[in-house]
Amino acid sequence: MTLLAIAGLQKRFGGLVATDDVSLEVQAGEVHALIGPNGAGKTTLIAQLIGQLAHDGGEIRLDGERIDALAAHQRVRRGLARTFQITQLLTDYSVLDNVALAVQARQGHSFRFLREARREASLRAPALALVAEAGLAARAGARVADLSQGERKQLELAVALATGPRLLLLDEPMAGLGPAESAAMVEALARLKGRIAMLLVEHDMDAVFALADRVSVLVYGRLVATGAPQAIRDDARVRDAYLGSGDA
Amino acid sequence: MPDAPQRSFAALAGVAALMAALIALPFLAKWAGQPALIPLASRILIYAIAAASLNLALGYGGMVSFGHAAFFGLGGYVVGVLYQAYVGDARVFGLFPGTNQLLVTLPLAMLVSGALALAIGALSLRTAGVQFIMITLAFAQMLFYLFVSLKAYGGDDGLIVRRRNVLFDLDARDDATFYFFCLAAATLVFVALWRIVVSRFGLILGGLRQNETRMEAIGVAPYRYKLAAFVLSGMGAGLAGALMANLLRFVSPDMLHWTKSGELMIMVILGGVGTLFGPLLGAAAFIALETFLTAWTEHWQLALGPILLVVVLFTRGGLHALLARLSGRRS
Repeated sequence: MTLLAIAGLQKRFGGLVATDDVSLEVQAGEVHALIGPNGAGKTTLIAQLIGQLAHDGGEIRLDGERIDALAAHQRVRRGLARTFQITQLLTDYSVLDNVALAVQARQGHSFRFLREARREASLRAPALALVAEAGLAARAGARVADLSQGERKQLELAVALATGPRLLLLDEPMAGLGPAESAAMVEALARLKGRIAMLLVEHDMDAVFALADRVSVLVYGRLVATGAPQAIRDDARVRDAYLGSGDA
Repeated sequence: MPDAPQRSFAALAGVAALMAALIALPFLAKWAGQPALIPLASRILIYAIAAASLNLALGYGGMVSFGHAAFFGLGGYVVGVLYQAYVGDARVFGLFPGTNQLLVTLPLAMLVSGALALAIGALSLRTAGVQFIMITLAFAQMLFYLFVSLKAYGGDDGLIVRRRNVLFDLDARDDATFYFFCLAAATLVFVALWRIVVSRFGLILGGLRQNETRMEAIGVAPYRYKLAAFVLSGMGAGLAGALMANLLRFVSPDMLHWTKSGELMIMVILGGVGTLFGPLLGAAAFIALETFLTAWTEHWQLALGPILLVVVLFTRGGLHALLARLSGRRS
């Protein structure tokens, strides 16, 4: 079953074509990796999918429904979530607050003024479970500003999961992580595999080949190949454009 | 650092002590032969309401409004216009009679100021940053010039409210009585703000201040929450303006002038941005400085400038942070 279907997506920044007629599908439960050299337009593509950047042409469908006219928050409500390469967290709030706020957003509108939100079990309990699952239980009360880079990346994932996504858009979840943290992240994503579909943008080829069911290669905004990981590894064009160039 | 229950107990004790001091204040002032302190304290409470309301938008929501004088002044004019119709036995806009009942004028002032905040906010919140500052300033100045040119409401000279509004039959001519009205209003406002800030709404608002991109990515539509906070903030400023018109028994375009917006911002910054009691401290410090420094020179702002500079540069979070550090607690 096709969960996400992108057809003929276009994005221009002046003369620069950042997304050039990209068509791509992500199946339900699939991990679909998106690789490509720096500046290929991977982050730009994710921003268009979630709705934080307006596309210039083409269409995006989630589970058959066209979502490209919707605002970002509406797409999130329909089951799309993203993580950020450069973490975007609420740095004055605690780890638990960050996750609880995503739980809260999922429960409907927040025009509630009377009860103290930090004492609502319906927010804190599910948030605490997700924080524990991310291996941050000991840090639940810590301010995000005091977290290490690795902890922030784990928290990014926990916050995205708290929105209850059907499809996760992961923007370089391993970037900036040490080997041990990176391995922990691969393990965390492997646990989610099958339950939640993922579009995984990543430079770490070991991670990509460990997780992905299919791999697509983006070069200068253009999709040059899509296929099984082994086929992509052996593809001459991909080697030429990316893997063999030593640019990664 | 003391643990959470101890800290909240200390906070509770602090609030109780503050409340007791504020209740005792008019009696002590009379006993000490300083009755002029009572209207001064009323002024501080009124500005505390206005500054705390501005702080909801500015400190908690990160919306730097440079136009809150519009809501403050409009609240004052609601009292003035209703009083003018009341004594002239006329109808406001030919529609409804005037009144001098505090329980009508104050809520109405909040409603009218809230409606203005809805209109200004709906347009201004499509911008952010410096543009937001400038557009709120522009709207407030438009209102200022509107009231300067409205001869029916006194134009430049404003409106005189010969007698303060009454609470049913209770006359507020006595400064101590009016002080308790102000104290009651301020207490309500601060309790309301405290609840709002820790509620679901308050956490969303704080999140939007910190990172709007993040909030969108968890499915929050920023605009409606910011607008709601801006309206609440405007309503609070309107309440303060209505009380000020009663205290001074006078309302004029001065209340709408951009310098008034600046004064409210100074109070918030002086006291502590994004803290509950910071604006109260800021208002008290500002009014006290104004009162004592003007006794020396009319160019009192010459001294205010350096003081504000020192507070901003060295207290890291205004008087609120300074007090917290002096009392051995971290904010």
